Amino acid sequence: MKILVPVKRVPDPTQKAKIKDGHIDLTGASWIVNTFDEYAVETALRLLENGADGTRAAGEIIVVSIGPEDAAKEIRTTLAMGADRAIHVVTKDSEIDALVVVKVLQSIIAAEKPDLVVMGKQAVDGDANQVGQMLAGKLGWAQATFAATLELAGDKKSLLVGREVDGGVEYKRVPVPSVITVDLRIVGSKSVKNGITPESHNYSGEGARLPSLKGIMAAKKKPMVTGKLGDYGAEAAPVIKELSVTLPPPRAAGQIVADVPTLVKKLADEAKAL
Amino acid sequence: MGNILALCEFNGPTLRSSALANLAFARAAATAHGGEVIALLVGAGAQAASADAAKYAPKVIVVEDAGLAHYLAETYAPIVARLANENGATVVSATATAQGKDLLPRVAALLDAGMASDIASMTAKDTFVRPILSGNALSTVQISTPIVCVTVRQTEFEPATELGSAGAVTTAAAGAIDALGATFDRLDAQKSDRPDLGDAKVVVSGGRGMKTGENFKVLEELADLLGAAMGASRAATDAGMVPADWQVGQTGKIVAPNLYFAVAISGAIQHLAGMKGSKTIVAINKNKDEPIFQVADYGLVAEWEKAIPELISEIKKLKASR
Ligand SMILES: Cc1cc2nc3c(=O)[nH]c(=O)nc-3n(C[C@H](O)[C@H](O)[C@H](O)COP(=O)(O)OP(=O)(O)OC[C@H]3O[C@@H](n4cnc5c(N)ncnc54)[C@H](O)[C@@H]3O)c2cc1C
Ligand SMILES: Nc1ncnc2c1ncn2[C@@H]1O[C@H](COP(=O)(O)O)[C@@H](O)[C@H]1O
Repeated sequence: MKILVPVKRVPDPTQKAKIKDGHIDLTGASWIVNTFDEYAVETALRLLENGADGTRAAGEIIVVSIGPEDAAKEIRTTLAMGADRAIHVVTKDSEIDALVVVKVLQSIIAAEKPDLVVMGKQAVDGDANQVGQMLAGKLGWAQATFAATLELAGDKKSLLVGREVDGGVEYKRVPVPSVITVDLRIVGSKSVKNGITPESHNYSGEGARLPSLKGIMAAKKKPMVTGKLGDYGAEAAPVIKELSVTLPPPRAAGQIVADVPTLVKKLADEAKAL
Repeated sequence: MGNILALCEFNGPTLRSSALANLAFARAAATAHGGEVIALLVGAGAQAASADAAKYAPKVIVVEDAGLAHYLAETYAPIVARLANENGATVVSATATAQGKDLLPRVAALLDAGMASDIASMTAKDTFVRPILSGNALSTVQISTPIVCVTVRQTEFEPATELGSAGAVTTAAAGAIDALGATFDRLDAQKSDRPDLGDAKVVVSGGRGMKTGENFKVLEELADLLGAAMGASRAATDAGMVPADWQVGQTGKIVAPNLYFAVAISGAIQHLAGMKGSKTIVAINKNKDEPIFQVADYGLVAEWEKAIPELISEIKKLKASR
């Protein structure tokens, strides 16, 4: 099974946002692989491997990233996690929007013909939550967004996807190929079933695996192809333009109350909330 | 001139309350675009809900077909895109619900439309303000495509009010339906008699510090006393203490009630992104240094085991005294 995983590098969301000239100031920012994309790489690995003994079934995981030259570092991180090779389309973040990214991915998919695209449900810089659905629409493929669980069918021709929706969990079956976008709980200990990893196996931890030392060494030798937007039939013509960014007004300072009766009194008399 | 095609979700014979936020946006957009609001209802039961939709929109289009028994983005998106073109829409909108978020970008792709997700406001006909960076900043974006797709954040729009007269209801054919190999398998529904998280006036949320699902009972008692919805942090939902759809935050529900209780929740940015818009925030946590206290209007440094039963009895006393 050949799995394509689009990944984006984003500023670490735990940093305080700073504004300069009406836009986010990223000088000196620290960068990470978008967490949901890290989860997508983890998902792709879990779809292919035997989690109990660490062996990998036949298949390939290709990561694709459209972003600045510096993003090579974050792309290497995903190779160190276990992805096999990378395609880096070098461009400025200001030159792309969802439709440009989709165009590039479409052209890579036409060439690579993956069985599956597994990606994050949203990039936590712009929080757009668009690319997966748009890509599936453009390809004319089925989509399963916000996947919390995945179960690969025995014949490997379809997947049963558990999706957290308003009011419950929806189970949707999608064929191969299709586009899957992953949500938080896909990294749960038993969220991905591939028919190879024994049912009894529990993945540990709350997130994606950390690259091992061996993985980091191996990643240095893994192939990373670089190209430009034009090589993939796309151009730097975003239709979405950011006019300005502001910080939301801070909340008024709160107070620490001494005890429960005081809290109730203040909620009733001061906040008029009870 | 252009019309606003507003996709409305419904529940039995009535619109979901989330749809009213979209209709409120659509009205403002219709004024800006010099067109009219067209409410679009797609799927099983659409006809039955059309009378309710007609209270809010001058025009309602219903698409109901045996092939649309269950929502699938694959079958709905081409219908919405086609109707947008046929009805001169310059904006296609939905509320940023699970369905709206799944469907609208796919519609946008079919229309080659630029899309603004989860908007907080519209400042010009093609310009929108939306939260970015986990709610840490607000970005104003301008979209230059002839048709624009938008999902609206429910908590940022006052629900649309009824119009004086009922709108005209028409039906449209679904056309060829192709699910592209996708099938709906089942919905494991999470039933609850409490109000929807999305529009509850009071929300009581618990975090990892509640330790077990059993311990949430006391929070539920507080919630029921206040007519509140239940919420939770990711840590509590991930641990299986409570259902996943209770999760409040960047990737859960965005809530903005009058009163929000964060009990045994530390206040990670992803959680704050989902509840910072609440009018009054109460934090109850045993550790005074937790970031939740920075957004709380009222902080109580205490263990929930002691504080919550006392809170319940104090509120009962207050209610009895009124
Ligand atoms: C991509 C991404 C998306 C995320 N999205 C979300 C989201 O949508 N929503 C969300 O909530 N999180 C989200 N998270 C997770 C978030 O970062 C935090 O890990 C999570 O919110 C922590 O939950 P918590 O506050 O319950 O747990 P903790 O951070 O472990 O806090 C537990 C708290 O309980 C307190 N406590 C313990 N015992 C007691 C007691 N007896 N009485 C009183 N207080 C007590 C502790 O002092 C502590 O403050 C996301 C994370 C990532 C990476
Ligand atoms: N520049 C990019 N390069 C590679 N993948 C991307 C890029 N932007 C978005 N994606 C993918 O699309 C997903 C959704 O992103 P978004 O729609 O921007 O929230 C992300 O989780 C990534 O998997």
